[in-house]
Amino acid sequence: MTALLTIIVLVFILVAIWQMVKIFDLAQAKNQNDETAGVATDKDNTINGYLMMGFLAFIYIITIVCFVKYGDLPLMSNSASAHGPTIDNLMIITMVVIFTVQTITQFLLHYFAFKYKGEKGKKALFFADNNKLEAVWTIIPVIVLAGLIIYGLNSWINIMGVDESDDPLIVELYAQQFNWKARYGGADNTLGLANVRLIDIDRANILGLDESDPNAQDDVITTELHLPVGRPVLFKMRSQDVLHSAYMPHFRAQMNCVPGMITQFGFTPTVTTVDMRETQQMQDKVLRINKIRVEKSKKLVAKGEDALERYEFDYLLLCNKICGKSHYNMQMKIVVETQEEYNAWMKEQKKFKNSLLKNN
Amino acid sequence: MSAHADIHVHEDDHGHHHKETFMTKYIFSQDHKMIAKQYLITGTIMGIIGVLMSMMMRIQIAWPEEPNVLFEALLGSWAPDGVMDADIYLALVTIHGTIMVFFVLTAGLSGTFSNLLIPLQIGARDMASGFLNMVSFWLFFLSSVIMLVSLFVEAGPAAAGWTIYPPLSAIPLAQGGSGLGMTLWLVSMALFIAQSLLGSLNYIVTVINLRTKGMSMTRLPLTIWTFFITAVIGVVSFPVLLSAALLLIMDRSFGTSFFLSDIFIQGEVLHYQGGSPVLFEHLFWFLGHPEVYIVILPAMGLVSEIMASSSRKPIFGYRAMIASILAIAFLSTIVWGHHMFISGMNPFLGSVFTFTTLLIAIPSAVKAFNWITTLWKGNLQMNPAMLFSIAFVSTFITGGLTGIILGDSALDINVHDTYFVVAHFHLVMGISALYGMFAGIYHWYPKMFGRMMNKNLGYIHFWVTAVCAYGVFFPMHFIGMAGLPRRYYTNSNFPLFDDLANVNVVITIFALIGGVVQIIYLYNFFSSIFYGKKSVQNPWKSTTLEWTTPVENIHGNWPGEIPHVHRWAYDYSKPGHDADFVPQNVPLKDGEEELQH
Repeated sequence: MTALLTIIVLVFILVAIWQMVKIFDLAQAKNQNDETAGVATDKDNTINGYLMMGFLAFIYIITIVCFVKYGDLPLMSNSASAHGPTIDNLMIITMVVIFTVQTITQFLLHYFAFKYKGEKGKKALFFADNNKLEAVWTIIPVIVLAGLIIYGLNSWINIMGVDESDDPLIVELYAQQFNWKARYGGADNTLGLANVRLIDIDRANILGLDESDPNAQDDVITTELHLPVGRPVLFKMRSQDVLHSAYMPHFRAQMNCVPGMITQFGFTPTVTTVDMRETQQMQDKVLRINKIRVEKSKKLVAKGEDALERYEFDYLLLCNKICGKSHYNMQMKIVVETQEEYNAWMKEQKKFKNSLLKNN
Repeated sequence: MSAHADIHVHEDDHGHHHKETFMTKYIFSQDHKMIAKQYLITGTIMGIIGVLMSMMMRIQIAWPEEPNVLFEALLGSWAPDGVMDADIYLALVTIHGTIMVFFVLTAGLSGTFSNLLIPLQIGARDMASGFLNMVSFWLFFLSSVIMLVSLFVEAGPAAAGWTIYPPLSAIPLAQGGSGLGMTLWLVSMALFIAQSLLGSLNYIVTVINLRTKGMSMTRLPLTIWTFFITAVIGVVSFPVLLSAALLLIMDRSFGTSFFLSDIFIQGEVLHYQGGSPVLFEHLFWFLGHPEVYIVILPAMGLVSEIMASSSRKPIFGYRAMIASILAIAFLSTIVWGHHMFISGMNPFLGSVFTFTTLLIAIPSAVKAFNWITTLWKGNLQMNPAMLFSIAFVSTFITGGLTGIILGDSALDINVHDTYFVVAHFHLVMGISALYGMFAGIYHWYPKMFGRMMNKNLGYIHFWVTAVCAYGVFFPMHFIGMAGLPRRYYTNSNFPLFDDLANVNVVITIFALIGGVVQIIYLYNFFSSIFYGKKSVQNPWKSTTLEWTTPVENIHGNWPGEIPHVHRWAYDYSKPGHDADFVPQNVPLKDGEEELQH
């Protein structure tokens, strides 16, 4: 309904604009000849010159408003992984560079458009070339970009380089339309062999583990991802049907899951779920979200529907590669906890060999 | 019945070789100006559909739970009781992307202006092959029709995203749209690629062979340079997409396994083994990335030309502009991997692509600074075309700068496939190229139709569009950086994103205003064809050759001899001349020096 009303209002605005133009046209028609019909006059140049300055102000204002109103939305300084601050710092530095260039170039562009607005009889400066200037604005970007490239590539190599020597916890992330599973290697921290051709739904071998592989026997398959804080994790990713992408925004981590191959991504979680919930930033966010949910619930209750649940923060794994109808709801909860809590949780989980159903 | 040959000139002063019927003049025309108009009108129709789709998507994102009469009216059984179906949302995403990138901003932009301007600005009677040109348009038309027909397939049109990554696009079990809808998509795109190749070859041959006397490569207007290089990029990269599409057709219909392996879906194991979707991604982006330059380069050319003409100043750094076009063209073919940093390809490759990608910022920066300097101390004529050109530079800078974030593999990890990407590419290639197209249309409308567009409607169209474009895409960066993935039918399954909902409403309102205001443009465009003020021969007082032809379009372009060229295209406000422009066909005065630019 809101949308319909919006559209109706828009149509009315349109009609109003229309009428205004007709009036403009009539007003201009009398001092126009064939030569100048449809061509900007000095008056047009002046008006649009001033509007260009107005537009510059608009760009600056929308930038400031966005930063003030939405500035706390971006994931910038609250990463929950060891490599997170590297990415965040690089992001902040890049943003500073970008906004400096943006502010200056937009100013020059719009200010020139205002300052040099055309007048009859004025002649422009014949200024066709200047090698020094060209050199300046080739070399400056080269230097700035060289800095960003070196910093960026250094970070990239550090993040993507997997160091097997620090004994990472091996976890398989398994994607299918439209949910996630996690598989742990058990006491030996080694995943059993698997292939989708071995999937046997009747025996509840849903990830296609090789039942004869000794490493597979103590594997644990879960629908929640639990990670002990401070220990490096190496994710091995599989997909059984189409491309998916394992996106864990709070950990600054993402990797596609590709059918037919195993991809990997490693990081070290540094903040437990409980600790993250207690940070000021997160509490503000949760408060804000719950306010919105209370408002929404009021409307829902008025319509006779159930109210929304109170939101509490959890880390999430989202699918971030278009994968079909329910792509928008393909998620898994991530819990980062202390080693003891993790061990206790792991103890409750069923081992693969015990989870198989007998064939009749 | 070729129209280009010079031999006709002296025999026939009026350029009318024979009587033209309605069919040969308006439908199966071989005249480049008519073909340009055909491209423009078809592109406009496709554009209307593409924009309507984006408006429906925006309404869905802003008010996901609410039934909407618009959906009910336009989507029919895909929106029972006015609530949009999740599958059709993905179909809208896919077809909107395909239509806007290929049908509007490639064929509609490049097809229109390459056809219109190449022969007129280089001084040729027509394209090298008028017949191929006609075939190329009709292949485009056919491919448009097939794309539109695919919207009416019962299981839904293609819905795997405009990138159609397999296996989603290859297996009908994965998604309704991957059945007949995807088949039609592939057929349509195959025809599209064929038309694009025919067109590109024609442009290349024409530019190389048919330049008039005196029109050396370094006297060409920058428009021609960009069309020429765009055609070269197209010829290099489009065949790769064609091969990807053919291999995908093989996988879909003939049981091969180029892109598929180890798939278990809906309770059954499929036979595919040994292929890799990553291979498809490489093939797709080998076209896909150059494609964004195929879209933006012609817009850059149009903007350079309009800026010089409207500033009454030579374009600044003509040679640097050509060098940067060449650099961009070269680099564009070796950066495709930046779409695939997290695709599972070797991270070392990611490093290489980060390096090449960030290099592309250098020629882009050179271009931006040259445009800004072109304005400096000019005598700016603020026609609607000029306003769109200035706005082009503005959105190109804003959108281009965020490319530094996305091209940096380490930063891409966290914003890949979020709304940050959507904001980035819409500004830098979507909105910018659209501005270039609008600028071109306002500027060359008198050449196409012999009449002027209404400038006041043009001003309103421009200012509302300019404000809305920033209103839509600037805040969108923030929800992207908050981690919101794109292509989600609704975000309400993630309470985490609840505080982004109001931003989405703001964006949608700007999008709706921006979309609706295009009606003003459409009205202006179509009514001016019949009721616009008659144009004079050279309304903008430009130097290039197209303004030496008569107002009424004639076959063969010039009634008499083709003018000879004596100078470069940018002699605006040259000292020693009374007028503030000296057309290219005016001989040098005694003692006048030609700038060697």
